[in-house]
Amino acid sequence: MSAVLFFIAAIIAIIGAIGVVALRNPLYAVLSLVCHLVALAALFLLLRAEFVAAAQVVVYAGAVMVLYVFVVAYVGGGDEVAAGSALRILGPLFAVALSIELFIAMLGTGLSGIKGHGAPYRYGFGDPEHIGKLFLTDYLFAFEVASLLLLVAAIGAIVLARRRRGLEDDERDFAAVRAAPRPAYTGTLAEAVGVRRVLDQLEQAGSVTELMGGVPQDKAMTATVLGSRDTKEPAPADSGEEQS
Amino acid sequence: MALGWYLAVSVLIFCIGAGGVMVRRNPLVILLCLELMLNAGNLALVTFARMHGGEAGQIFALIVMVVAACEVTVGLGLIVAISRSNLPIDVDELHELNG
Repeated sequence: MSAVLFFIAAIIAIIGAIGVVALRNPLYAVLSLVCHLVALAALFLLLRAEFVAAAQVVVYAGAVMVLYVFVVAYVGGGDEVAAGSALRILGPLFAVALSIELFIAMLGTGLSGIKGHGAPYRYGFGDPEHIGKLFLTDYLFAFEVASLLLLVAAIGAIVLARRRRGLEDDERDFAAVRAAPRPAYTGTLAEAVGVRRVLDQLEQAGSVTELMGGVPQDKAMTATVLGSRDTKEPAPADSGEEQS
Repeated sequence: MALGWYLAVSVLIFCIGAGGVMVRRNPLVILLCLELMLNAGNLALVTFARMHGGEAGQIFALIVMVVAACEVTVGLGLIVAISRSNLPIDVDELHELNG
């Protein structure tokens, strides 16, 4: 019975893994990985790792895969073009070589337990109670480091995926703010330094000459720029100071 | 079932994942293949825990799951950032850091 279950689960897991690699559409690859993960959870159950199997289904096939599906939907995973020719041949070759090497290592091992059916089962092996006790006693440091790692990853994901602005966007925004119409005297920086009042006076007077009270324009301009008061008809006090 | 069979399945899944990382170009699918490799490692760890009769291997498997979740979070954040900056979602085209 357990042999039949093992072969069914193993074949589904391997087919799911091949589907992840072979399917062109990323969404189908994600769904194939969900299939693979559920089959792997069945294998964990056959190995009497009940808590790991439950965590596999809830955390992996549940949460992580939902995250994947959302990102695939957001990014819009279209079909991809095939890989470059060199890697396309080298990749499968490397995988086959790696599997041959690992199988040789497995067959030539001196590990006697590899042919057996495992240690004798004792009651409560792999249930949440034992796992929890081990986590809070023998493996407390690993537990704390894992929680810290999760915190760092959460903050890192927020920082990475945040909407940030490039230089062009910033410049465009500033230009938009500057050009936006705004009621008079509502506290812009230009009003604070008096530029706006001068512009208003200029608008009412009609021309620079009238504003300066009949002084010829070039003299008035030099007087304004230098900020000197010794012209006959001095420029308005605020404009002389504020434009300097 | 002899426990060697579980290890064989683990080896196969790991090699499929490694080949996928090298062949595929979409970073999303590369992350999926990394998940495959991590899961193969998990299966081997749980098998060894069964062989040994202690729960330490299962603890390691759970920690590996945590690490995989962190890796997925950061990796997907990177992919979202890449797609926001209108770069192609393709590891062969991404050479922004290539001076």
